[in-house]
Amino acid sequence: MNDVRAAVLRADIAVVGAGPAGIVAASSIAEAGRRVVLIDESDTIGGQIWRHRAGLAPPPSAQPWIARLRRSGAIIVGGSTVVDVRDDASSSRFEIVAERGVVPLVVDAGTLVLATGARERFLPFPGWTLPGVIGVGGAQALLKGGLRVAGKRVVISGSGPLLLPVAASLVAAGAKLLLVAEQAERANVMGFARGLWRRPQVLMQATRYRAGFRGTPYATGTWVTSARGDGRVEAVTVTDGKREFTLPCDMLCAAYGLVPNTRLAQLVGCETSSGRVMVDGQQRTSHARVYATGETTGIGGVEQAIVEARIAASAIVGRAVPKRLTRKRAGFVALADRMDRAFALRDELRHLATPDTIVCRCEDVPLGALRPEWTTRQAKLYTRAGMGACQGRVCGAAAEFLYGWPADSTRLPAAPALLSTILATAET
Amino acid sequence: MTGEENGERVTIVVDDREYVVRGGTTVAIALLELGVSAFRRSVNGEPRAPVCGMGICYECRVEIDGVAERRACMVPVENGLLVRTATVRSS
Amino acid sequence: MSSEHADAIVIGAGIVGAACARELARAGVRVTVLESSFAGGGTTAAGMGHLVAMDDSPAQLALTGESVRLWHELRSALGAAVEYDPCGTIWVAEDAEQLAAVEVKAETYRAHGLGCELLTADRLRSLEPNLRSGLAGGLLVSSDAVLYPPRAALALLDDARAHGAVIREHCRVLEILRRGVRTTTGELHAAIVVNAAGAQGAALTPALPILPRKGHLAITDRAEGFCRHQLVELGYLASAHLMTSESVAFNVQPRTTGQVLIGSSRELVGWKEGVNHGILRRMLERATRFMPALARLTVVRTWTGFRPATPDKLPLIGRWDPVDGLWIAAGHEGLGITTSLGTAKLMADLILGRLPSLDQAAFAPTRVLAPSTRRGAVA
Repeated sequence: MNDVRAAVLRADIAVVGAGPAGIVAASSIAEAGRRVVLIDESDTIGGQIWRHRAGLAPPPSAQPWIARLRRSGAIIVGGSTVVDVRDDASSSRFEIVAERGVVPLVVDAGTLVLATGARERFLPFPGWTLPGVIGVGGAQALLKGGLRVAGKRVVISGSGPLLLPVAASLVAAGAKLLLVAEQAERANVMGFARGLWRRPQVLMQATRYRAGFRGTPYATGTWVTSARGDGRVEAVTVTDGKREFTLPCDMLCAAYGLVPNTRLAQLVGCETSSGRVMVDGQQRTSHARVYATGETTGIGGVEQAIVEARIAASAIVGRAVPKRLTRKRAGFVALADRMDRAFALRDELRHLATPDTIVCRCEDVPLGALRPEWTTRQAKLYTRAGMGACQGRVCGAAAEFLYGWPADSTRLPAAPALLSTILATAET
Repeated sequence: MTGEENGERVTIVVDDREYVVRGGTTVAIALLELGVSAFRRSVNGEPRAPVCGMGICYECRVEIDGVAERRACMVPVENGLLVRTATVRSS
Repeated sequence: MSSEHADAIVIGAGIVGAACARELARAGVRVTVLESSFAGGGTTAAGMGHLVAMDDSPAQLALTGESVRLWHELRSALGAAVEYDPCGTIWVAEDAEQLAAVEVKAETYRAHGLGCELLTADRLRSLEPNLRSGLAGGLLVSSDAVLYPPRAALALLDDARAHGAVIREHCRVLEILRRGVRTTTGELHAAIVVNAAGAQGAALTPALPILPRKGHLAITDRAEGFCRHQLVELGYLASAHLMTSESVAFNVQPRTTGQVLIGSSRELVGWKEGVNHGILRRMLERATRFMPALARLTVVRTWTGFRPATPDKLPLIGRWDPVDGLWIAAGHEGLGITTSLGTAKLMADLILGRLPSLDQAAFAPTRVLAPSTRRGAVA
């Protein structure tokens, strides 16, 4: 079992992540005649925003791009988790090692486009590890995957515009949505909404979503402080900073904002700042042969991701980046900044967990075992926090919010991988 | 979004019992709809179930077709799948 | 920090510094430990935590044998987080030639009072079913153990603190002075300064022939019962001895969490950090050569560390004559975790003028100096 030979796909460009950014980048580059391989962990493309069930139609906004992708000649490789990227500077090629079930796969490419998207920020509070406590994006993913929630009593606690479509989806699926708790203060939310006057279609969309859960209170300056139940969530306690009340429920959707997925970028050596991959006006990272597009460069939503993917595609195929795309991107970045400020997380969310509350779920490390003055690495070595299967993706984002700890250095594997995969070499 | 069924039904085995579930979903969704609360046990033996729904949190890990620690949210249901959760296994 | 006084300054809060601080503090010495980063964060954090009696030389056997015994005595005081596990070591022989070497090894251990058991191929297989068939046999040393190094260092430091030691983290020593040190926050004076800075020891005492010898490690997800002992191939000794450019050896450890820790590799690449794909692959390939089933385990993390290596494979323990008041406790290569306790005891014996329980001659730091700079026999 010494020599594990992997199937190899050779390409000019490898795109990692088949959400909107990856789909648009892969299509555009392949349409220009380059050989493109698009890799995604999931069996069905779409990432989160364009997630759909296998065999069923994608969301309407996704259909044109997915159709283009399928016509473009790009090779789509699904069900494959990238675990390592070997960078051969002498040949200027990357060996992208992925795992598909238990089988290794290698993509040999000259240029890498990272479109690895974002994940949610989960914050610890008493009871957050109970079955039935899921994310907000998590709820959206499960609903889009076909989860039935008819009759279930659901509470949402989180932050930002994402709460609205998820609330509407839950109600459309027959859930009894009891409360949508937005942690930002009303003035911040209204201020942000007013700032959208230049984008009436966004405001109208928000109004439509709100109508979709019109029977449910949308409470600002409100958040869940704890969940309880026997083996699964049965009730949650909610506060508005002044009074507390308890709601019996079957499901709690609790997550606070989005965090760029930068692990692969860091593995390859791209510079990051404030948790996002740094790119220039052409979406090129600090590594000359690596581009990054979409949420991994900063949370900005699907429209921004599409624009960035088109910018990167232009740059990669050697065309001048259209100025209107650059202007559009700047507009989206400004909007994202306003959103960040409006929905900044309140300090109370740092103090929900008690010493017994688990912070690292993979290794069951409680808050009381951690010292605020440590670093991420210290916490790992002293308590194992961050040394489990999720490799710190969940507790790392929480610790960054709780203590300001920046992420530790990244080494392979980018995701847990079979030893045989790490040994895999390209067939020659 | 959860609207249209594609009509397909598949049979999977969960903790040695056969269940007929809807096709076109993931093992995580099938298990949630079967009422499974404990997909896995944490280090201290607590029951854990899906959280992120997108392969990030690793809380939905179950044994599928003899291979342990598979993320249920990333595996589509298929006829004959053998799934083991922590519902029967003790901590 | 102004010009404060302590009786002894220990530079480095890795496992060796921690052990020395504890030993001195317990003897009533006022100790201040100065650590440039955080305790146990250097080579200690990268170590496998294998407590092993190593017979590559009589001096090494004496030091490691004594140290393993001291860890065993300390085990109940360590706390659960240190994960002390008396799982023992099995030295694995691939062929008849290695089996013969294993018999010699057994004799050496027994002559030193260490119990061990020769294993036939069948017995080896029954003890460790995941080892491949076709191995010749092995040697089980039951008195060996494993533990988790960062928490072990913390436990030793806690005990030092309980006996009055002061530990200052994030305080880098810039220069060793006569009877003192200069740090980033000022000078500190003491009659005794112990350089326990490990792989960085030579940065402070340039004549120390300590080179960073890089090693790789990988750890798997939980695989309860996959192996029950620390498993090391006999070739490990050859790997550890050759100061060639790079070598790998089969070295696998069960952790109390059920995870499997996989080593080991050695290379001299200066301070170049980061995982080297080629070496990692060679190391993992060698591991699967002995335990094919490893290929089916899931790897969750890989990392590297720098062992403080000396040319004669022995650590430097004792007075450093060229600088008044300076003592060295450094250069333990891959045996720092094990020999920290024996080192600390020897250091304290020498510093306090007690009769040393170990023959110090082989470890004398001044052995690396040209004869003219040595100042006569060291106590």
